[in-house]
Amino acid sequence: MSKRTFKGLSLHVIPYAEIEPMGISERVKKILSLVLGNKIVIIHGRLRAEEEARLIEDTMAMVDHIKHFKGIELAVIEPNLSDKSLLVKMRYGLAKRLVGDSSALTIIGPSSIVKEIKRDPRKIELLLS
Amino acid sequence: MLRIIKSFSRRVLASLFGRKSTVKIGFYGPPNAGKTSLANRICKDWTGEEIGVVSKVPHETRHVQFKEKVEIKHKGKNLTFKMVDTPGIATKIDYEDFLKYGIKKNEAKRRAKEATQGIIESIQWLDDMEAVVIVLDATENPYSQVNITIIGNLVARKIPILIVANKIDLRKADIKKIGAAFPEYEIVGLSAKEGTNMDEFYEALFRLAKKT
Repeated sequence: MSKRTFKGLSLHVIPYAEIEPMGISERVKKILSLVLGNKIVIIHGRLRAEEEARLIEDTMAMVDHIKHFKGIELAVIEPNLSDKSLLVKMRYGLAKRLVGDSSALTIIGPSSIVKEIKRDPRKIELLLS
Repeated sequence: MLRIIKSFSRRVLASLFGRKSTVKIGFYGPPNAGKTSLANRICKDWTGEEIGVVSKVPHETRHVQFKEKVEIKHKGKNLTFKMVDTPGIATKIDYEDFLKYGIKKNEAKRRAKEATQGIIESIQWLDDMEAVVIVLDATENPYSQVNITIIGNLVARKIPILIVANKIDLRKADIKKIGAAFPEYEIVGLSAKEGTNMDEFYEALFRLAKKT
């Protein structure tokens, strides 16, 4: 696990291997505890769809109970395979099944710090408050 | 867990005993995309009554609302739907956003609290749906993680999806951008407010119901 700080902005990078053995509750709890500490979390890999939904549910429960916590900004960057050959897509799919989806990057930050994560197919922009 | 078991047993029974008489259809999407406007348009067309209140203030729908037995007739075919209109799903709620609409502080705080609970309710209802219409605002960037998360959860639950690009009456609307963001899905552009392109929507809705 590595941690870098830039002028009051704290990034917390979580390698995929660190969250891989965790269950859904543990993963979401870990992410939210970091976000509540005003850190922007970068995960090597992506959460499963149901984990993302659980993250939103638990975030909303916290917004309801924790003063000044307004929620999160969340974005996932994945390799664009749309113009790649079938063989490359199959290789990617196989690797995903074998070692998990570690080719993606998930960015989660408190909405009080990350105002917006703008995304389109070519770029991702973090707009800070 | 109980909902998952209920949903699974309903699907098994439906496949054993033929077509269901009513298709439970959910309207999902981000706040202010026009879910209630579309559900209202359908319910008004076929029952004469609306399902809920529409406003410019985001999170106007803060509880799941229903309309039982909406019978739709299209090109000689009949189908009965149970309409489920859900609160918009978001990752953040700030009561101060409501103040911009002239809402008083205490009321804004109450709305924010209800909105957080509405989002949780929406997510928990996902397991209960037989088909889902995802309503997106065609003037907004579709590449939002909330949209991807909703679709990902429906795909994981094997729930058929139809994507609606709403607000095509507005100059900024861009259906092609929504099509490019979600190329695997059928996209219908419409204006729920003006009632534009509803015929094409009903046709797509019947195709969606067939997949359940």
